[in-house]
Amino acid sequence: MLPNEQAVTLENLLPEVQKRFDEGLRLVGLTAVELTDQNAFDVLYHFDKDLNVQHLRLTVPKEAPVPSTSGIYFLALLAENEIKDQFGVNFQNILIDFGCALYMEPEVVTSPFCKFTYVKKSAKEGEE
Amino acid sequence: MARTVLPFGPQHPVLPEPIHLKLVIEEEKVVEAIPNLGYVHRGLEKLVDIRDFNQMVNICERVCGICSCIHAVNYCMGTEQLLSLEVPTRANYLRVIWMELHRIHSHLLWLGLFADGFGFESLFMQFWRIREKIMDVMESTAGNRVVISVNIVGGVRRDLSAEQTKWILEELDKVEKGVRQLESTILNEYTVCKRTKGIGVLTKEQAHQLGAVGPTLRGSGWAQDVRMTGYTAYGDLDFEPVVEHDGDCYSRTKVRFREIYVACDLVRQAIAKLPAGEIAVKVKGKPDGEAWTRVEQPRGELYYYHKGNGTNHLARLRIRTPTFANIPPLLAMLPGITLADVPIVVLSIDPCISCTER
Repeated sequence: MLPNEQAVTLENLLPEVQKRFDEGLRLVGLTAVELTDQNAFDVLYHFDKDLNVQHLRLTVPKEAPVPSTSGIYFLALLAENEIKDQFGVNFQNILIDFGCALYMEPEVVTSPFCKFTYVKKSAKEGEE
Repeated sequence: MARTVLPFGPQHPVLPEPIHLKLVIEEEKVVEAIPNLGYVHRGLEKLVDIRDFNQMVNICERVCGICSCIHAVNYCMGTEQLLSLEVPTRANYLRVIWMELHRIHSHLLWLGLFADGFGFESLFMQFWRIREKIMDVMESTAGNRVVISVNIVGGVRRDLSAEQTKWILEELDKVEKGVRQLESTILNEYTVCKRTKGIGVLTKEQAHQLGAVGPTLRGSGWAQDVRMTGYTAYGDLDFEPVVEHDGDCYSRTKVRFREIYVACDLVRQAIAKLPAGEIAVKVKGKPDGEAWTRVEQPRGELYYYHKGNGTNHLARLRIRTPTFANIPPLLAMLPGITLADVPIVVLSIDPCISCTER
């Protein structure tokens, strides 16, 4: 648990992010953490205003689609692509979706930071 | 008008490291830019699985050579938070001294590369000649020129003697004198102004919305510098963030240039106030819990997220580097400029790609 942290769900993620955008907060970055004991991911959204930091914590099952926040904060697209690449978090509707190939070659179907490969496997099945 | 897609990079004369931009152009004007990363991705964050939390200091230093000390400090701050360690005050001051020396050499390196980017070779050599004095200081005080490895969890592993601090101050005077001699050239010379003023403009609103950090943010009018939060010993030192308002390449150059003076001043203050005492505390326990720490690198805000699980290995380490944050703002700077200005604008964010991809 981080100081100034608030838990969000898939339903209220976008409204909470939008609220922070409207209040003039800067999105500092995103962090993904694999929760091996819960078969889930923590996705942390870090915000800043006048050097005061606050965090949103979204805990999602591994297969769950996560709405992209890049429509609100454009800069989120790089972090979301990176997390999708490395963890296989199923981000939906990223403004520019690199399709798990931001760092990796397209033929790589594993997520190097985690054993979970839902996104890449399903993309490969789709191609087939 | 017909559009052409032109690759910029990954290998390009102005790029010390590889990044690929797909530039959509109409005649000579850039319409859109799409980044392509992945040429130097090393997966360093994942090394927490096989390196213990003490060894990770050395890994974090290698995220970026140019600001290695600052990466190590941020990593140590996070780990020390998880271990509830109180770092000795002297160690915090020593960290400031080495961090600011890193800032000076990073900015001098960039100023040289930037001058080289628009063909001003003699200016490039002058900046790098001055930079050598800082490299000498680091080699003499820490045993290495770039990756100085002075930080450990719990403090620092090297101290500075009275003779060394005296010598550092003498060298700093020479550095500052040399930089002042180049001030009128870098800020007033016709070629520099022609290539940088009004080019690659990032408005104040764009800088904030697109998450710009460091000199890129401050060059667009935001007085935000993480050092203002007072981490390590910065809370005891006086400084004002350097801010410019035009948001163009010239503003970003001016911010970095003036930050050298600020960094010299901070080193002097830190040496003047350097308290006596221990330089490290003994590490007890294993990191457990979560920590989020950030520092101001030469290129901007750097954050580390630590998650410990009570073992020697961290469960997760996340590093978000300043260039990663400055890529979306870069994409906003490029549309509307001519192809010839693209290298200058790309260089103006001081891109560090090995940092970005880790």
